[in-house]
Formats: sequence, structure tokens, C-alpha cells
Amino acid sequence: MSSPDTNPNSLFAKREPIFPRRVKGAFRNMKWWIMAVTLGIYYVTPWLRWDRGPSLPDQAVLIDIANRRFFFLMIEIWPHEFYFVAGLLIMAGLGLFLFTSAAGRVWCGYACPQTVWTDLFILVERWVEGDRNARLRLHRSAWTGEKVRKTAVKWTAWLLIAMATGGAWVFYFTDAPTLAVNLVTGQAHFVAYMTILVLTATTFFFGGFFREQICIYACPWPRIQAAMIDEDTLTINYRHWRGEPRGHLQKGVVADGLGDCIDCMACVNVCPMGIDIRDGQQMACITCGLCIDACNDVMDRIGKPRDLIGYMALTDEVAEQTGTEPKSVWKHVFRARTIMYTTLWAGVGIGLVVALFLRSDVDLNVTPVRNPTFVTLSDGSIRNTYDLRILNKLGNDAVFRISLTSEADLRISLEGTQELTVNVAANAQQTQRVYVVAAPGADAALADRTDLRLWVEEVGGTSRIHHDTIFNGKGD
Amino acid sequence: MSKSPKNVTDPKLRAKNHQDGDPNTTGHVWDGIEEFDNPMPRWWLWSFYACIVWALLYSIAYPAWPMLTRATPGLLGASTRADVAVDIQTFVDRNAPMRAALEAADLAAIPTDPELVSFANNAGAAVYRTWCAQCHGSGAAGVQASGYPNLLDDDWLWGGDMESIHYTISHGIRNTTDEDARLSEMPRFGVDELLEKAQIDEVVQHVRAISGQDHDATLAAAGAGVFAENCTGCHMEDGSGNRDLGAPNLTDAIWLYGGDVASLQHTVIYSRAGAMPNWNTRLSEADIRAVATYVHGLGGGE
Repeated sequence: MSSPDTNPNSLFAKREPIFPRRVKGAFRNMKWWIMAVTLGIYYVTPWLRWDRGPSLPDQAVLIDIANRRFFFLMIEIWPHEFYFVAGLLIMAGLGLFLFTSAAGRVWCGYACPQTVWTDLFILVERWVEGDRNARLRLHRSAWTGEKVRKTAVKWTAWLLIAMATGGAWVFYFTDAPTLAVNLVTGQAHFVAYMTILVLTATTFFFGGFFREQICIYACPWPRIQAAMIDEDTLTINYRHWRGEPRGHLQKGVVADGLGDCIDCMACVNVCPMGIDIRDGQQMACITCGLCIDACNDVMDRIGKPRDLIGYMALTDEVAEQTGTEPKSVWKHVFRARTIMYTTLWAGVGIGLVVALFLRSDVDLNVTPVRNPTFVTLSDGSIRNTYDLRILNKLGNDAVFRISLTSEADLRISLEGTQELTVNVAANAQQTQRVYVVAAPGADAALADRTDLRLWVEEVGGTSRIHHDTIFNGKGD
Repeated sequence: MSKSPKNVTDPKLRAKNHQDGDPNTTGHVWDGIEEFDNPMPRWWLWSFYACIVWALLYSIAYPAWPMLTRATPGLLGASTRADVAVDIQTFVDRNAPMRAALEAADLAAIPTDPELVSFANNAGAAVYRTWCAQCHGSGAAGVQASGYPNLLDDDWLWGGDMESIHYTISHGIRNTTDEDARLSEMPRFGVDELLEKAQIDEVVQHVRAISGQDHDATLAAAGAGVFAENCTGCHMEDGSGNRDLGAPNLTDAIWLYGGDVASLQHTVIYSRAGAMPNWNTRLSEADIRAVATYVHGLGGGE
């Protein structure tokens, strides 16, 4: 292929490197804070401890896949309670809808790991190679000793960050201090090393080289967001009716007939996505707000009002151009759509919290044996069989008494024991086969179905749970 | 953002309207809608080539290309069949101590050992579904009135304790392949003219009487004598049966071939008996003990 990039009809385009300039301002400060907090949460969380007694791990947040448990502070989630996780995912989804419809791509611009880590990598890049102009010069220069040295330092720093990123991830899945020692001494599981290797590689390449390409080509969220954004959504825009026609400042004087935009390219130079916000809202814009900071800085210096670039809704654009009063921010944010998302979000959240507090320390699953539906015993009585699965979440070994209540006269017995009690170890589940017998000729023996309630109660405790089921008789 | 008008379909006019910064179009127009021709990122092309290279290397390293008799084996010698064999061997090795413990244990003591019971129930259930379910049913309820005994109830032809069940499974019943198979035979009272037809009617009514079913009291009274002379040798005087001979209890509510008059008459006239293969030549001792424990734990174990 002979220089296809110069051919306007080429099917492929090379990535244009982006060298974002350093910027100061409110949005930049906010982004630093968000970066510190999110990275802090990510790196510190696995090391927090939480005492749960001798039989359970003491890691505050632990996804214990091997033992099929999820621990979050005082909450312990068993596999059959996975709906809590599903509920949290639904809340995360609705939350994303809410924030996007209210304030555009705030997730992309401020909180997305791709944005946060890219920001961090660009910071490292600037520390090593200098600001935009220095980096541009270095990029264009031949491979001198200095370029090799700086690149090596930069890549090393990136690699260390990437390794820390992949390394922190595995601590969420097993006891962090133990794993840390094992990782260093080479005794950790192969999967741990493999996970670190893969996440190190993806962090290194995504943060160092792919950057905006992930947002533009790989991530599905920007496409979905188009459906979330409407004319009331606050997004970053350029007030072209104020800025145009743009023109350079001539000796500190704005020529007649020119707008406020002095075409200084500050907004373009600071953009991590390499776009020109003056072209209007566009797919590649992650609304990080850095162009606002850059432009405000320039506007202050040339004595023009701020917010030539700023957050506004589509309806404001029309209102401002026609000279009418734009809607207040609150009216944009509180509208039917966002209130509906908030209601749904809060509804799911309240439901989860209620479910969390109502759940029992003991769980009971009853599987009636239906092959066959009943067994005739030698004295003519009718027997049904039920497999009970008792889950002990009390935190200590416990003895449970099994009993039944029914309007019919039914007898209960347990397989393998004369007793009506069963021992269940702490944080374990126990299966017990239970027989229920109706005497020959009794109503339950002759009827098709008889209602029946099976009880499991802790001996010497207060926990009690029941399960309704059916006794099958001979029928007619 | 300035764009050329979108409703122009004439290519020449569109070319004239094309402005700097407009995306290229493929020239396809339908109903005024043009197709953008944005270039793919170059790295995408390279990852595509990388995938092709990967696929080629993969097909050399792993079984891939179909040949006449089989696919190319691949340089790494990967074989899912061999992996499965390794996995199976892993489980066999892991279970070996438990199987040894099962073989060493006293038969009667197995149901009282929770660890052995847990292992035997799982292993036994697998053995049962593979070898036993064909006759006794997947739920072990047998086939009622057709001679395949229900293993869930508390009625046993040859005994329901661990030793008896173990013996029955090991040696089978009325087969010709094991000398120690359980053996007994009920005479064909009708076919061989051991009883008159009237006597058969009487003894059937007697059996109905001792099992607590509707019966003709006159015939039943006469049948008691017939029963005492012909049947008590195996079924005992009270009709409660004899497990040493596999003679069923005639006084309970459970009938292997049906307890109605017609079924009883058929049984007395023609005689009936089931057969079961011996499993000691096909299953390991540990498997037999496991399935015996499983059957013992189905609800009728003694």
C-alpha cells in the first residue's frame, strides 16, 4: 500500500496523536478531585477490614467466588440472593440514564475509568516530557538520546501504574494481605498472575496509546447516550452566535464585526479527544469541561464575559439567539423524564433495602419429590417425600427442628434419623429428606391435594421459617 | 456546523455543495439520504490482520484442518478427549479413599456414617440411574402391577436391611448366571392342575380376606383350608410371607402384580416371578455398596 493516508478515498485513517495542553480552572480542579477519590476508592477498598467473627473472612469488600459469597461491609450475599446484585446493576443503569438525560455525558467526562486513567497517563506524560509544545517538538524530533530516555521513563511510569491497576483488581477476589504476600513470593494462583498481566496490558495500551479511540470506536455507551439526550439535557456547547465570526485579536483590539472568539485554539489544544467544540456537539465529545476552563481563561484575559463555551441545553441555544430568557438550570434538570428515572431508581433502591432488612437468617427450600407423587406403605398409609434444603446464615452451628402444620392429620419423619432435628454448620447448607405420612383411609390419603406447611426453627433460638407445599393423596 | 444540503440527489449538484470538513460519502443516495464514507481507523486494519495471523498459527498449533480420516492433530497435541480422560482420572483418584472406606466398612454401619452416606448416595444415585432405572423406574417406584418392585415403600420380598439389599444386588434373583442368585418358585396351581378351579376361587377370596379387602365370606372360609394345605409352606400360616424364600406378604396393602380378584386368580393359576441380573460381575464392590446405600435410603430401609 503506497501512502494510503494521503489518498482522500482511503478506507483507513491513521490515528492523529493528541497532545492536550495543561489547563487550569474549575472543571480541571473538579476532575483532579474526582480522579483522586475514584482511584483512592479503587486502590484502598480491598485493604479495609471488617470483623465478621471467626468463621467468615474479615475483608470489608470481598467477592469470594470460590466459596460463592459476596461480602460488602455488614452485608453477606449468598448465590440465591443474586437479585441484590441484579438490582444494583439496574440501579447503576437507571442512574446512568438519569445523569445522562440531566447533564449529558458526565459519566464519560468525569467518572469513566477510561477517562480517569487516560487523564492520569497524560499527567505522567506532561511530567516527563513537558507541556503540549514540548511534547509536539519531541514527537516531531528524530530519535535522539533524550527522546529515547524520556520515552523509556514515560513508559516505565505507565507500566507501573498499569501493574498497580491490574494488581489491585485481584485483591477484591481473595484475602488481600495473604494474596499480596503470595504474589511477591510467587505462590499465588496462576489465574491471579494472568489477570494482573491482562489488566496491566489493557491499562497500559488503553491509557497510553488508545485513549480517545476507545471512546470513539470501542465503547457502545456513546451510541446509547444519544437516545438519552434531549433538548433539555445540559451539554457543553459553543455560543456561536456570540463568538462568530471568529477572528484574531489585532494588537489587543477586536476588529469591527467580529465575534468574541479570537480563534486562539485554546479549546482545541486542551481537548483530550482532539476535537473542536466550535463545530457543535459531536459524538467524540466526552463533555469533560476542559475547553470551558481554557476559554474562560482567555475570555478573562481579553476582558470579555465568560462562558463563550459552557454548559447549556438545546432550548437555551434557541432562546439565547432570539434574545428570550433561557430556562433555569433547575427547570432543565427537574423535568418529567429525570423525575421518572429518579423515581424508578429510588424505587428499586428502597425495594433492595427493604429486602435486605427483611431477609431471614435461615433459608428453606422445599422440593417435593414428584416421582412418584406418593408411595403406598404396607399398612396402606400414604407417604409423600420432600427434600428440604436448609441454609444457616446465623454465623454459628445450629440445630433446627423440622415440623409441619396442616388441617389434615399428618405425621412427619426424617430420613436417616429418629429425631426431628437436623444439624447445620455455620454458613453452610444441609439437605434433609423428610417423609410425611397420612394414615390409611384418612382424608389426606384419599384426597387429591392437601395443603401443608413445613416449619424449620432454630432449637434454643428465635429464627423460624416456613414453606407451604402440597401433600398428594390417592385422589379419585 | 455547516453541512451541504441533505436533500440534493444530483451528484453534480452535491459535489458543488460539498464543503470543507464534510465527511466523504460513498455516492449511494436513497430518498435523499446519503451514505457517509468515514474511514476505518488504521489500527482496526492491523488488528484484523493480526486476527488472520492468529487464526493461521492457531490452526497449526491446535487440531483444525479436516482431512480424510480425521482433523490435523496440531503441534501442541491438544485433545479434549485426553483432557476428559485426565479429568475423569482426577476424580477417580480423588474418590479412591472414599471408595476404599466404603468397601472396608461394615455394611450395616454405612447408613450411620454421614460422610459415607453422603458419598454413597451421590455415587449410588449415578449407578442406579445407569443400571437400575430401566426396570425400577427413574424414581425407584418400580412398575406397579407389572412385577418390578417399588423400592420406596417399606415392603421387601427378600429383606430391606443393608446386608439383604447388598446380597440381592450382588447375586440377583432367579438368574442363570450366578449360582448364589436368590431362587424360589411358586407352583402353577391351575396349569399343573394342583387345585380345582373352585378351590382357586376360594383361596383367592381368602387372600382378599386376610389383606383386608372386599371378599365373599363363604368362599373365603372355604379358602382358608385350601390356603393352609397348599400355601403356608412359603407364605406362612398367617400369610405374612417369608423373606428367605422371597414369598410376598399377602396381608399388606402392597401388591407386586395387583391385589384384585382377576390378578390374584392369574397369579395362582399361572404363578408369577420376576428375575434380576447379578451385578457382581459388572459393578465394582464399591459401586454395589453405594447403590445398596442409596436404595436403603429411599424411604424403606430397615
